[in-house]
Amino acid sequence: MPDIVIRAEGIGKRYRIGSLQTGYQTLRDVVVDGARSVFRRGARDRGPEYIWALRDISFEVPKGQVLGIIGPNGAGKSTLLKILSRVTEPTEGYAEVIGRVGSLLEVGTGFHPELSGRENIYLNGAVLGMRRAEIRRKFDEIVSFSEVEQFIDTPVKRYSTGMQLRLAFAVAAHLEPEILLVDEVLAVGDAAFQRKCLGKMDAVAQEGRTILFVSHNMSAVERLTHETIVVEGGRIVKRAPTSEAIDYYLTIGMEQMGERLWTHDEDHTPSPFEPVALRVIGPNGAVASQVPTAEPFDIELEYKLTESITGLRVGIYLSTSKGERLLTSYDTDDLETFRSRERRPAGRYISRCRIPANWLNEGRFMLGFNASSFGVRSYFTDEFALNFSTDGTGAPGSQWPEARSGPFRPALEWEILEAVN
Amino acid sequence: MTVEAIPAQKHIIKPSRAWLDLGLRELWDYRELVYFLIWRDVKVRYKQTLFGAGWAILKPFLGMVVFSIIFGRLAGLSTDGLPGPVFYFSGLLPWILFQDGVSKSGMSLVAGRSLLTKVYFPRLAMPLASVSAGLVDLGLSFLVLLGLMIYFSTSFGGQWWAAPLFVAWGLLASIGVGLWLSALNVLYRDVSYVTPFLLQAWFFATPVVYPANLIPEGPWRLLYSLNPMAGVVQGFRWAMLGVGEAPGPLAAISFGMTILILLSGVVFFRRMERGFADVI
Repeated sequence: MPDIVIRAEGIGKRYRIGSLQTGYQTLRDVVVDGARSVFRRGARDRGPEYIWALRDISFEVPKGQVLGIIGPNGAGKSTLLKILSRVTEPTEGYAEVIGRVGSLLEVGTGFHPELSGRENIYLNGAVLGMRRAEIRRKFDEIVSFSEVEQFIDTPVKRYSTGMQLRLAFAVAAHLEPEILLVDEVLAVGDAAFQRKCLGKMDAVAQEGRTILFVSHNMSAVERLTHETIVVEGGRIVKRAPTSEAIDYYLTIGMEQMGERLWTHDEDHTPSPFEPVALRVIGPNGAVASQVPTAEPFDIELEYKLTESITGLRVGIYLSTSKGERLLTSYDTDDLETFRSRERRPAGRYISRCRIPANWLNEGRFMLGFNASSFGVRSYFTDEFALNFSTDGTGAPGSQWPEARSGPFRPALEWEILEAVN
Repeated sequence: MTVEAIPAQKHIIKPSRAWLDLGLRELWDYRELVYFLIWRDVKVRYKQTLFGAGWAILKPFLGMVVFSIIFGRLAGLSTDGLPGPVFYFSGLLPWILFQDGVSKSGMSLVAGRSLLTKVYFPRLAMPLASVSAGLVDLGLSFLVLLGLMIYFSTSFGGQWWAAPLFVAWGLLASIGVGLWLSALNVLYRDVSYVTPFLLQAWFFATPVVYPANLIPEGPWRLLYSLNPMAGVVQGFRWAMLGVGEAPGPLAAISFGMTILILLSGVVFFRRMERGFADVI
């Protein structure tokens, strides 16, 4: 039996909603609240409201395993990592972690802008738990991994974001912890850098270290892990081999039957833009969770503007089931529409777009919703709001009963010419 | 590959209930981090300033000039028979250590929030490092004090060797108050506004610009000695310059208060620590 290096039993974390939103209180708030509760005792005193960000989390991780953690936004994945790295305490439950824990929670944490790259390597290393001798020994390796040799004595505030990122990842990657917690660090940086990071994590895994890997990037999870936990609503709902877990996770959204609705609490922070629904409309005009690719179908965004917005664009993200973005499209992409809809008055709207026939391949896709005014403000974003699947009956090439790879299956215009020799 | 750092240890993660776990052992395990945080604070302190570390000297020096004019010339307060500049400067040294330490450590957690919410380390390290970084400033301005003493040909006190003890005492007082303020500041940002007033009032309750014997004997003196810094400043002057009374029962009360503030500060800090990452 392999050694268990992480054992969690019934971990739960409760937050107070009020303090979660405001972040901190001022003394005046406390005095005012206190006075209020004295005068209005019993009346509409709702008391503090709590939410459980995590509940009943129990699992074990054997030494050397690379375990994926996936789940929708707000499911509690990051909270779980924070508890395991001891940044925050659980409200209930018990966990044992054996060995040095390193976190790649957010790259660049602990950098001081006024200090040089060299100084920051030492500082950041110390923050992450490295000894001075250890940092000195790995210094050259870190510098060459980060590719910032020339600027190593320049203050970090003069670095580009990319350089800061590389330097930070380089330090963290050389930490050599027995247990590495990774939270969505690959979301940043260019493709080459991401490849490098993935490669480094592969190498770390090869060395027999234990890794907990949180990501929305399903292909990265699939590539790096063999087993994955699905967290939803603060609970572990599934633990299975990665491909099975990813499938399970993606079907969580399938129950929504081609439609995603948003409800608004009255005491929610007011926004001029309120999403109402995101729908996939099949060829027969009804909401559908599966549409044929051989016919065109519609995607409908319904929303409410509580005040008029200038320069608003409402649009969709289309991604593969692995989370790879295929396209982004907005309702005011067309120049004419863009000009005529410069200012959208308050009211209820539907923006609808048509996905042409013979365009997508058979498979599962994810739809996202975005509303923003370019360069001004992003009102609403949900990258993976809805899943739908496509049926390839009658698609180009369906005379051959084989699966076609790739997300697209367009009817391209082909010409076959008799070549003259 | 070998991992030579903090030995493979078992961490138990559970809601903590203990009241009196000071966590000093763990702080010791992380001593290198404390060292690096001090080093950072020292390095960063005078970055992008014209005078750089010169400020460590200029600050007490300018204070001394102003006090000499206002309290010495205009108000005509006694300086215990010492040349004004030496008297004020010797009081300002431990005072500035305390003042900078308290205000910097009070802000330390909030300023370091990005660290606090991302990485685990004993939180005590932050205010501790902020206070300790002030020692470098003190060292520099100490040289100026020596210069002033030579210039005004003031003789050393017989107990000059005890001066570091009073500096250490000042450090403890500063850490104690800093722990209280930094933990409170996480919850209530009012602390940032209150601290300057607190320090201003504290300054006048400390014998920096006047000798302690200005305070009438009896209950007033007793009340006065509850101020830890009263003991520190008086003691430092006594040790360096041999003026004022030798530390006696009143100094003991002052020291007792320091320890009380420090211990309660650590307990309070540890108690609040659990929620830091959630509320900051």
